[in-house]
Amino acid sequence: MSARTMPRWKMFALHAGLSLTCAVTLYPVLWVVKLALSPTQTLSMSANPFPEAITLDHFRDVLGSTDSQGRWLFGRQLLSSLVVSGATTLVGLSLAVTAAYSLSRFRFPGKQSGMQLLLVTQMFPATLMMVPLYSILQWLGLLDSLGGLVLVYATSSLPFCVWMLKGYFDTIPRELEEAAIMDGATPGQVFWKVVLPLARPALAVTALFSFMQAWNEFILAATLLNDATRFTLPVALQRYVGEYKTEWGHFAAGALIISAPVMALFFALQKFLVGGLTAGAVKG
Amino acid sequence: MRSPWVALVLLASTLSFAAPPSLKLWHGYRGGEEQAIEQAAKAFTAATGTQVEILAVPYDALSSKLTSAIPHEAGPDVFIFAHERLRQFHRMKIVAPSGPGLEPSKYLKPAVDALELDGKFYGYPLSIKCLALFMRDDRGLTAPTTTDALEAQLTAASNPAKNEFGLAYEAGDFYFHAPILFGFGGQLFDAQGRAQFETPAMEKSLAWVKSLQDRHLMPQEASGALVKTLFNENRTAMVISGPWFTGEIDPGVKYSIHPLPMVSETGLPMAPFLGVEAAFVSSRTTQPEAAEALAKFLAVGDATVMRVITGRQIPAELAAYENEAVAKDTMISAFRAVAERGTATPNTLEMARVWEPMKLALRAVLQGGVSPHDGGPLAGRRYRALNREAPPTTSPVPYVVVLVLGLVALVTWQSRKAKGKSFKQRYPEAGRGLAYVAPAAAGLAVLVVVPFVIGLSLSLFHHEAGEYSFVGLANFTDILTSKGYRITEPLSFYFTLVVTLLWTLANVVLHVSIGLFLAILLKEPLLKLRGVYRVLLIVPWAVPNYITAMMWKGMFHRQFGAINAILGMFGIEPVSWFAQWSTAFAANVITNTWLGFPFMMVVSLGALQSIPTDLYEAAEVDGASKWTQFRRITLPLLRPALLPAIILGSVWTFNMFNIIYLVSGGEPGGGTDILVSEAFRWAFQRNEQYGFAAAYSVLIFFVLFAWSQVTKRLSGEEQA
Repeated sequence: MSARTMPRWKMFALHAGLSLTCAVTLYPVLWVVKLALSPTQTLSMSANPFPEAITLDHFRDVLGSTDSQGRWLFGRQLLSSLVVSGATTLVGLSLAVTAAYSLSRFRFPGKQSGMQLLLVTQMFPATLMMVPLYSILQWLGLLDSLGGLVLVYATSSLPFCVWMLKGYFDTIPRELEEAAIMDGATPGQVFWKVVLPLARPALAVTALFSFMQAWNEFILAATLLNDATRFTLPVALQRYVGEYKTEWGHFAAGALIISAPVMALFFALQKFLVGGLTAGAVKG
Repeated sequence: MRSPWVALVLLASTLSFAAPPSLKLWHGYRGGEEQAIEQAAKAFTAATGTQVEILAVPYDALSSKLTSAIPHEAGPDVFIFAHERLRQFHRMKIVAPSGPGLEPSKYLKPAVDALELDGKFYGYPLSIKCLALFMRDDRGLTAPTTTDALEAQLTAASNPAKNEFGLAYEAGDFYFHAPILFGFGGQLFDAQGRAQFETPAMEKSLAWVKSLQDRHLMPQEASGALVKTLFNENRTAMVISGPWFTGEIDPGVKYSIHPLPMVSETGLPMAPFLGVEAAFVSSRTTQPEAAEALAKFLAVGDATVMRVITGRQIPAELAAYENEAVAKDTMISAFRAVAERGTATPNTLEMARVWEPMKLALRAVLQGGVSPHDGGPLAGRRYRALNREAPPTTSPVPYVVVLVLGLVALVTWQSRKAKGKSFKQRYPEAGRGLAYVAPAAAGLAVLVVVPFVIGLSLSLFHHEAGEYSFVGLANFTDILTSKGYRITEPLSFYFTLVVTLLWTLANVVLHVSIGLFLAILLKEPLLKLRGVYRVLLIVPWAVPNYITAMMWKGMFHRQFGAINAILGMFGIEPVSWFAQWSTAFAANVITNTWLGFPFMMVVSLGALQSIPTDLYEAAEVDGASKWTQFRRITLPLLRPALLPAIILGSVWTFNMFNIIYLVSGGEPGGGTDILVSEAFRWAFQRNEQYGFAAAYSVLIFFVLFAWSQVTKRLSGEEQA
């Protein structure tokens, strides 16, 4: 019954349509690749998305950037980007998982209003939160520190993560946990050994989002960090885009370098993406 | 008993003294200028033993970074900035007056004069920037001394058919227009020192520039990059630019530098603005003497020579011109001659308020939307709207009373609801539940909820130069009554709200329809290469959105953009994407659609896969058409998954700051700004009116809150 067939022309049309869409989608990306590989720093009037001459100079400049004391800036900035994003994912995820589990399973006062408050804060534009945040971080002694950045990133992505994970936890039948308890598992074991493995797709998606958010964020990082050796990569990239002059070659090379890890993660986790994003919502 | 402690304290203090002292220096330089400042700082370390930690910040971000960091004691000891912001820095109390080390007679007079405020000097002048006329030597032209001579040469040198121009400069920037305005006898400020725009000279100067453009003597919408390319490719004979342009010229090109001509009609020279870059000492430095010493060191002697030779700067220090290497440098001496005719940009607050209105008027006139006659009035209106007077201060008592009463009512209402059962009965697992939530709740409380509450309450204050005054609901009434501008003008809340709603609607509709359509294609089980297509189609999602924005902005570039190149292949004239509202808005929407459809595609794909195939088979048996199947099976079953995604997507899009800010930047004239980017501008680009910006944010919040209530009802129906 399931062995339906499809007329040749229809299959062909399908492939043609999808290839065209892919070409349109990838065109801007190819254009950036071209900028990164072309020897000039400026844009050039051409519709051709493939470079006419190839040089790796822009990549060399961006990767090899050093400061006045000869320290390898790019290496340090990559490291701080990795540390900040990694720590944000870890901190954010552990906070979100416990909170979401509790919100999904237990009843306690203030739960509903807390969940609503979480959503509500998301509707206030983040840019204006910066003014008070600056003072709070000064008060905590966390200005100009990667730790402060991690805390801000982790908490600001929490509302989204908590909502997503709670939605997913709600779909995991309680009976599984009850059965484990019957078998003598402690509540901690139930959480670690039963609930978390089942929630893997949602965990993967949440982790990806936290990582991406921290990896890509730049307004806060540019405002809070005052030391070039600890800049995250997007802040470093900002240097190539001046108000009066944009070094397009360097910008494009830097953009590709910054996007590459996120893309890799994306493709590694894309299997989970489809399930993780929708399962929580489909429960109906 | 006490002695070990004393010893410890002593030890600690010697330890802190033992660490080599270091100073923080912030600047906005790039390229040669950056190298020069690094060399000079090294020389300072060699001379004094004091380390200098340098931070280079993009120039357009430097000012806001300084004004936020210094009052919080996270700023530099010394910073380099142009003198125009001096009055603002002074009002925010972030800059210290210069000590006796500053000897005014040792510098060019306009340079030190620029650093004077109420009889005191601030900072040490480093260099001068002003505009001059660059001419290619191979064109065999003589430097024009009047505009009549200039026009004659331009007409001869231009060739519209081959896209060759006589002159190129960034005409849309008021910095470049100011000398022309002055040449036509224009005054920017009236006798009381208030900015004035509606003058005959303004109209004449605008009309003159427009006529140069209309006669194809100079290019439209010239950016710095275009000017550079045209000059290097010999497609323009002359350029108006500053000392920084010498670094942009290809080594093979021979050129000379001349003062700007005189306007024939008035006999007045085109006097460019003189910008003075200075090393300022922060008012919050912990080492005032050392900081002062560094600032002075950078401004005189060897450091000046380094800045001239490596950084190609025009020195403010007179002694530098005696130096052999400097004296031989024709570029330096040419600029000195130009500088002597210039007037230092006024360092008043009023000056800072002129740029945005003038930019608006210049672009509107050059793009043809407004006649030169109406340019001045347009700038005047925008000026009055942006520089709103501070609302009167009111007493916070009634607000506090209302707030307290509200809280009391809420608490009593809540506790009445809780009557009946004991706490333990109602919440048997409360202890564990709360323990699990506590860490997240603590973090959220400090870093999300507190800033949120402060942000809300800021909307009741007026902020000026670091001081807040309580004004009650005045910010809201000003916004909602559209005080100072018509409802149909881009600055009005209602106009921006309509644009924001259109923007959200257009994007969500496109995201969902494209995403769903692709998902349906990709669902086809017989399709080969499904995985490959899917991977390629989610690429835009993986690209950071500010990169996407920059990339598309480049693609929409009028002269060098790929989009216009593609249109050109079909014989379509290049489009100035950001000159009209409709195309600018379309550019934003196209960018955001590219970025957003993969999310909807993935969500739809997930939901489609969860629909059992036998439903379709049954429908087919019953003879239902594909369209009926889509309407009766696919859509209803997709709803529960798609609805939350749409709600989420609409909130994201509503507040999608990066795309608007980076792609159209609100052009033309703020027309494509959405509410968030407007709030951002009030907070960070228009005199830091945090209170007004917070009121905008609160209104955004109310709109989204109302929307969330609507969607709650929608999804509620779903569950019922």
